[in-house]
Amino acid sequence: MLEIKNVNVSVNQQAILRGIDLSIGKGEVHAIMGPNGSGKSTLANVLAGKPDYTLDSGEILFEGATLNELEPEQRAVLGLFLGFQYPVEIPGVNNLYFLRSAYNSLQKARAASELDALDFIQLVKEKMKTLDMSEKYLKRGVNEGFSGGEKKRNEILQMLVLEPKLAVLDETDSGLDIDALQVIAKGVNLMRAPERSIILVTHYQRLLNYIEPDYVHVLINGKIVKSGGKELALELEEKGYGWLA
Amino acid sequence: MMKKQNQVIEDAINLKYKHGFVTDIDSDILPPGLNEEVVRFISQKKNEPEFMLEWRLKAYRHWLTMTEVSWAHLKIEPIDYQKISYYAAPKGDANALKSLDDVDPKLLETYEKLGIPLHERARLAGVAVDAVFDSVSVATTFKDKLHKVGVIFCSISEAIQKYPDLIQQYLGSVVPYKDNFFATLNSAVFSDGSFVYIPKGVRCPLELSTYFRINAANTGQFERTLIIADEGSYVSYLEGCTAPMRDQNQLHAAVVELVALKDAKIKYSTVQNWYPGDENGQGGIYNFVTKRGACRGDHSKISWTQIETGSAITWKYPSVILQGDNSVGEFYSVALTNHYQQADTGTKMIHLGKNTSSTIISKGIAAGHGQNSYRGLVKVGPAAENARNYSQCDSLLLSDSCGAHTFPYLEVKNNSAQVEHEATTSKIGDEQLFYCRSRGLTEEDAVSMIVNGFCKQVFKELPMEFAVEAQKLMEVSLEGAVG
Repeated sequence: MLEIKNVNVSVNQQAILRGIDLSIGKGEVHAIMGPNGSGKSTLANVLAGKPDYTLDSGEILFEGATLNELEPEQRAVLGLFLGFQYPVEIPGVNNLYFLRSAYNSLQKARAASELDALDFIQLVKEKMKTLDMSEKYLKRGVNEGFSGGEKKRNEILQMLVLEPKLAVLDETDSGLDIDALQVIAKGVNLMRAPERSIILVTHYQRLLNYIEPDYVHVLINGKIVKSGGKELALELEEKGYGWLA
Repeated sequence: MMKKQNQVIEDAINLKYKHGFVTDIDSDILPPGLNEEVVRFISQKKNEPEFMLEWRLKAYRHWLTMTEVSWAHLKIEPIDYQKISYYAAPKGDANALKSLDDVDPKLLETYEKLGIPLHERARLAGVAVDAVFDSVSVATTFKDKLHKVGVIFCSISEAIQKYPDLIQQYLGSVVPYKDNFFATLNSAVFSDGSFVYIPKGVRCPLELSTYFRINAANTGQFERTLIIADEGSYVSYLEGCTAPMRDQNQLHAAVVELVALKDAKIKYSTVQNWYPGDENGQGGIYNFVTKRGACRGDHSKISWTQIETGSAITWKYPSVILQGDNSVGEFYSVALTNHYQQADTGTKMIHLGKNTSSTIISKGIAAGHGQNSYRGLVKVGPAAENARNYSQCDSLLLSDSCGAHTFPYLEVKNNSAQVEHEATTSKIGDEQLFYCRSRGLTEEDAVSMIVNGFCKQVFKELPMEFAVEAQKLMEVSLEGAVG
């Protein structure tokens, strides 16, 4: 699904990622863990094609094709999704309208059929039920005045509707209480499928109690210093990151 | 990646002005220059009664003593008023036009290009269109339907001849001929415009609409609009404006007066897309407009909504004088400046009656080298018990070389007044753009979505069919205009 080969990234001429190698197979769930400032979010953003993040060297292959020069919207069309750590507010833009525009924009680029307003709202309402989300969120501006937890739920809703091949979830668990965390985990687990891969970027092991990863990687100072199975997360919980630095 | 993004922006900003064609018909044009003879010529050409000529001459003589104002945040090349022609009419006897069939086919073609097919549009949209081409009103539709309920909707020239009493009573009663440099000039030389009278208790069955168009080169357009809503009546009026591309600047100095009597409501919406000049600031319309409404009666209401995307220079402050007790004034504005466009626009809310209230929502968007200023006055007189005002002025910047400015003025002479003012300035966020694009939206779609969201509070005040038009206009003016 995804091959990251010796990727070096700098932001504002400061090197953040230094030689990342990572291979994600179809249907796999990978957790990327690490202390603050280790480059986890940078990795997530680079995958989504954030402008100003310069790929100094290396290559990112998605289903065998390079992503290096692709714009964010082109990556989305291929099936990549980034769940934001801090979803932005877009005042005045109706949440439902935004989601339908995104959905239809992707469908159009894939030469697939677009959904009209009525069919689309059916689809969204169905997905919202699984997330215990009130339909009132559809009428509000995108993330406008949403609490931290509501924003994260909205991200997961977008993921459920857009059905990406690869979902990169950046600190989706941060700022959530335990109930919200369970709902989010339920949404993510629903997305698990043989043809879909998920990357969980997280600080804490807590999320992994609910979403069991196939692999865990530890990112420190822009490098993957250790990889292992789900038991590695428990080890980190116990020992912290200090012993790996 | 940044560079690429800027290129997209450059390309989008350079989108060509869509309405830049010139209609090739013979015009009846007065040679450039302004003197008393010109004023007499215009009045005579229009068969005006003596009182109109006298009023025009008073205005002209007063204008000679005036100088242009300089307080606005605008850089303006000096205007030579002797180089402007003050009258241009399509050839043929304009008064002989009885129906659309009599109209020059080329004129109709022009309207088609503007997207106003008179026959269809009027019927489908249920809109009566009084089309003003240069200085003469050439066609008015739906007159019959309006006539049945007693609504008068005609050119102001016609009104001056047919309804001199209403004209004498109301013309200049809201914007006196001495009001300001441009209004005074307009009073002297106005050539045409629209007149609306809604009788007592009548809710006008149609949205009334006027499209103005400046066609002949080097002519100023000075139109004059007067709307009177008698007791308990309601009218919604929309004007749309476009003009062809010219290298040189053209002057447009209009005056609009609204009078709302007891319990009457007037909703006045403008979509202004005069030619803004090219990407280097060459050409474009100088738009100096005086718009003012008087809420004369108790419980009357006047609401201005404006979408200003055109003109090289925009100078206008649609205002409301709240004389009647419990009267309401509203001002909803979106002003967009791109390239080297400049806008100094806002409103004046003058509270005189008791329990009067006003709302001001202003959205300024600046791109390229555009300069966008909000200027607004809220004045509460000593007798205006319990006056309320809420003002919100938001600015959105789309480039590093544009500017947004806010100049709120407040004069409160009654302690019971409650006046609130909120202002924000923000730059269109890279984070917002990235967020939208990561969901599959193109950069152009993302910008237009964010800007439309920013303008939503104002767009929702427009009549339905024009809200869609306004959104499209924003898209054309803005696609990718970020940097």
